[in-house]
Amino acid sequence: MSALPWVWWYGFRRHTAYPIGSLAEALTNTAFGFMRAYVLIALWHERPALGGYDATDAVTFCFLTQALIGPLQIFGGMELTERIRSGDVAIDLHRPVGLQGWWLADDLGRAAGSLALRGGPPLLAGALAFPFRWPGPAGTAAFAAAVLLGALVGFGLRYVVALGTFWLHDDRGLNAVTLVMSLFLSGMILPLVVLPGRLGALARALPWAAQIQVPADVFLGRRTGADLPAALAFQAAWAAALLAAGWLLTRAVRRRLVIHGG
Amino acid sequence: MAEAAAGTAGSAAAGAVPRRSPGPLGAYALLAWTWTRAAARYPASMVLLALATGAVGALDAAAIGLLFTRAPRIAGFEVAEVLFLYGTSALSFAVSDILLGTTERLGQHVRLGTLDAMLVRPVSPLVQVAAEEFTPRRFGKLVPAVGVLALALPRLDVPWTPGRAAMVALMVVSGAAIFGGIWVLTGAVQFVLVDSHGATKSLTYGGAFLTQYPMTMFARDFVRAVTFVVPLAFVNWQPALYVLDRPDPLGLPGAARFASPAVAAAVCAAAAAAWRAGLRHYRSTGS
Repeated sequence: MSALPWVWWYGFRRHTAYPIGSLAEALTNTAFGFMRAYVLIALWHERPALGGYDATDAVTFCFLTQALIGPLQIFGGMELTERIRSGDVAIDLHRPVGLQGWWLADDLGRAAGSLALRGGPPLLAGALAFPFRWPGPAGTAAFAAAVLLGALVGFGLRYVVALGTFWLHDDRGLNAVTLVMSLFLSGMILPLVVLPGRLGALARALPWAAQIQVPADVFLGRRTGADLPAALAFQAAWAAALLAAGWLLTRAVRRRLVIHGG
Repeated sequence: MAEAAAGTAGSAAAGAVPRRSPGPLGAYALLAWTWTRAAARYPASMVLLALATGAVGALDAAAIGLLFTRAPRIAGFEVAEVLFLYGTSALSFAVSDILLGTTERLGQHVRLGTLDAMLVRPVSPLVQVAAEEFTPRRFGKLVPAVGVLALALPRLDVPWTPGRAAMVALMVVSGAAIFGGIWVLTGAVQFVLVDSHGATKSLTYGGAFLTQYPMTMFARDFVRAVTFVVPLAFVNWQPALYVLDRPDPLGLPGAARFASPAVAAAVCAAAAAAWRAGLRHYRSTGS
């Protein structure tokens, strides 16, 4: 049996090992959810049907972004970069499992653990305090698929950034630049439907949209019928492209590390 | 390697402190300079980090700008007024974050045992925790704050009197002091609740976000909580009511608009007391 399910399981276990810490994070996510929701409500009070959303959609969107911050790790980063800096990655490269597959399994375990502990509180608090839109059973299933694909895209992006450490020797600068993109273009700061004209169209075509905006649209039932497979295909295409880029970089890195002296 | 560079720099500074025995401010400056030199060992990262930190701060301003492309007034406020709130809040927060932001890592120092090493050095542990990994990157946050404030101030539709101008300066200083107090206070909580950092971020970063917007957007009880429980409303909202000549939605007396310095002093006193109490009751994990 492959080692990868175990890697997934240990990733899950490690990230559910400190439930109090995770709940504390969920509390902050919830607080931000409230503040951002009030801002959006004020905007939708002036523009009731902005971007095809009503105020309930906007509020639901807002708490959804807060629930997905942790699982999709919107703020970036991956433990792999520390191991590249310290040289421990040499051990990873000696494993009989590919580097990318290993870290993908670990990251999906982390995402599942984070979803279990940090996903619920913001959504529940939002649903109790504001008018809220829950999906039906079919919508929930579609949302689960969209979140999984979003997690793959998120991993693909962060893995490529992490491998940049091999060249820059320090990931923080690169990470910080991608953080700006990730916050703004995923829909974390404002729902992408608020962005005007070409900026909005561009933002909705980039991979970050596959992380939050698309799963949120699926959750809100705005992607149904033929639109739903199209949305999932959009996510899957970005996931495939990013994972392929990661695979190519991993090959380049094997040579790079030898030059670096290991 | 970063740790190695930082470690050597850190011990060099620790070695230099007793010889010169500077006061707390001198020690802070010396440690901050040491950490700055350590950060400068990775110049590409340092520059990118400073730019990106500024850009993340600017995102909030961009969000406000984008909101107002969709409506001319939101919650009764115009774009220049909200950007004025953003500028004062972001400037206060940036100053407090540069000086005291790393106190949020106290729990980490407790867990790793590095606080014990700080306690045996002849410099205040607060100074050491606050100067820990001081990095020029956080100056990046000042850029959007100052820029937006410079943009918003001339666009405000108010008659500029000396009182109003003085109030703008005063609110930035008291706002920074309030945020500084909140940093130290939430840091001190981690003496008792080591894991609380995740939650207290809602007061520090959450407070920074909240004060960028007019309180007329938020529910009445929410505004009461951030006025009377955690006095975030005194960072910039109450003084801004004076500058913008607006009625208070909570109907507080006019004196509240001038109360920010007093509130800042109270928050700082509470923070100092909490920090001392935490330090007195601190027991090492023994690791």
